[in-house]
Amino acid sequence: MHLMRYLLRRLVLSVFVVLGVTLLVFVVAQVVPSDPAALYAGPRPTAEQIETARKVLALDAPLHERFFSFAARMATGEFGVSYKTRRLIADDLSVFLPATLELAVFSTVLALLIGVPAGVLTAAGRGGLLDRLGSLGSIAAVAMPTFFLAMLLQAFFAQWLGILPLSGRLSKEFAVLAPLPSVTGFNLVDSLFAGRPAAFFDTLSHLVLPALTLASYPAGVAMRLTRSAMIEILQRRHIVAARALGLSGSRILFGHALPNAIGPALTVVGLSFAYALTGAVLVEIIFAWPGLGRYVSEAILSKDFPVIAAATLVVTICYVAMNLLIDLAQAIFDPRVAL
Amino acid sequence: MSLVEIKGLAIRFGSLHNPIHAVRHVDLSIERGTIHGLIGESGCGKTISGMALLGLLPQSARVSADAFRFDGLNLLDVAKSLRGRRIAMISQDPAAALNPVLRIGRQMDDVLKSHSGLPRFQRRAVAEELLAATGLADPRRVLKSYPHQLSGGMQQRVVIAQALATGADFIIADEPTTALDVTVGAQVLALLKRLVQERALTVLMITHDMDVVAECCDSATVLYAGHTVEAGRTDELLAAPRHPYTQALLAALPDAVAKGERLASIEGHIPSPFAVIEGCPFAPRCASAMAVCRQAKPPERDDGNHCWTCHLEPHHG
Repeated sequence: MHLMRYLLRRLVLSVFVVLGVTLLVFVVAQVVPSDPAALYAGPRPTAEQIETARKVLALDAPLHERFFSFAARMATGEFGVSYKTRRLIADDLSVFLPATLELAVFSTVLALLIGVPAGVLTAAGRGGLLDRLGSLGSIAAVAMPTFFLAMLLQAFFAQWLGILPLSGRLSKEFAVLAPLPSVTGFNLVDSLFAGRPAAFFDTLSHLVLPALTLASYPAGVAMRLTRSAMIEILQRRHIVAARALGLSGSRILFGHALPNAIGPALTVVGLSFAYALTGAVLVEIIFAWPGLGRYVSEAILSKDFPVIAAATLVVTICYVAMNLLIDLAQAIFDPRVAL
Repeated sequence: MSLVEIKGLAIRFGSLHNPIHAVRHVDLSIERGTIHGLIGESGCGKTISGMALLGLLPQSARVSADAFRFDGLNLLDVAKSLRGRRIAMISQDPAAALNPVLRIGRQMDDVLKSHSGLPRFQRRAVAEELLAATGLADPRRVLKSYPHQLSGGMQQRVVIAQALATGADFIIADEPTTALDVTVGAQVLALLKRLVQERALTVLMITHDMDVVAECCDSATVLYAGHTVEAGRTDELLAAPRHPYTQALLAALPDAVAKGERLASIEGHIPSPFAVIEGCPFAPRCASAMAVCRQAKPPERDDGNHCWTCHLEPHHG
């Protein structure tokens, strides 16, 4: 009951956030010096062609009318067509968004699975060899530029060892020769639905390198945060009490101390997930990943506002949802958190 | 034979040249099936002696003793393996001793899992039984609760139930009533007394409160600045204290003076843990100190019922 009321309140607040973002995008589109009609009319348009485009796009209507029709279209998910490619934006998003989400989810899980246990173990062996190696590793993970790490991984795993594909999302045989039916757009899920384990593992092998690259920074930060939180928690009375009760070391570390210490790491990793939705442009380019980041940055360069608006809206919703998820997760780990 | 037999326990921290003496010379002998009080001011080494019994001292601690035995076993070797098996602890502040983010059920179950091969549903039944044994009215609800949903007295009962869950026969209770209301504290003491009788437990009651000793201890040891200064049966200790420090402690109790009079206090401070103590540690604050008290270690004296260390000749009759 308590939870439902909380969710409802957050949902109402989210609506205002999304409305605000919509307004902001619209205003920016008006302020930026570019003529959508000229873009829509195609390369080297004549004056008449531009005028026709202006009528088609209803750009001569009063400002407030244009905002309301824009907001209404956004609300119904009718994103319209790209000014530049004249493709349906909804179609494009249905390809790029799942690809990006798949990568972001996978790398977030990876970041948590690497960063959190590493933080626990380095805190437990504080000052020892493992701790020093861990510190070195986390600093390297945070400081290494994305593109450099990406190329190192490619050189090592794809070029030298040859055990992982260099780039792309699927091998040719699954992408072209016998294409996976797209149900959810998530290849990991679709391949399982289709009962094709070979395609599943092919997807997985393509995911590993870009996901590792993306996970590097949040894993490093999560490790440092978990380590310092654990060091503080391990000195608390209830940990001494658990030792006095004869509980084993690993149960104390992971079962008793970690739930107290995981909060900061969850927050950071959750936010870096949302960032990765459009912020992973470099990784997407290097690994030829058909993701949202590349799609949006190309739209930004050509001032293709319907695409920018649609992507902004989608990413905003993802951000809001992620923040809600983080808060819920904090409440699950710490019952004293008041929702 | 006593369950616990400690002679000349010393615990030092810091460097060899500049040691911190947490405990200097503690003798402690605890009979089976009794509640033994360990009493003294803050900083006299009570808690750290208890930690030594549990093998929970930090790595930097250096422990030496002429004898440090539990049930005939040398604790210097086996304290870690006895911890939570035969020796358990009830700590001062139950709110801090329970993990704030785990349900009581999970915290009880973890203890039972570590000490018994029982399947899950049986562990749950045992947990309920133990909580009921500590006087909690609704064990099922308690098992589902988080610590912050319980009162201080309930939390302390849960901590006691956890200690019972280890199956330990020796429980170190470190000021178990300090953080509680007086009435709740009295209930917890009564509970411990009952459990000692019902379950053949032995309890070391660490306290700074003479009333607690009078209330529930069969015998007691008085510590001063890391030294055992007097030990004996509670009635003897209270009726005829031999060591000037014990006498001063008893005189400082509010009941000892008539209403309206100033409370007695002991002038001065306990010696610093850095200090080198040549003679009797209490000499600087002792009303009856003599020249010899500052120069030589006081002799151990024994009148059959209790023993103490003091230069003063016992006056008879």
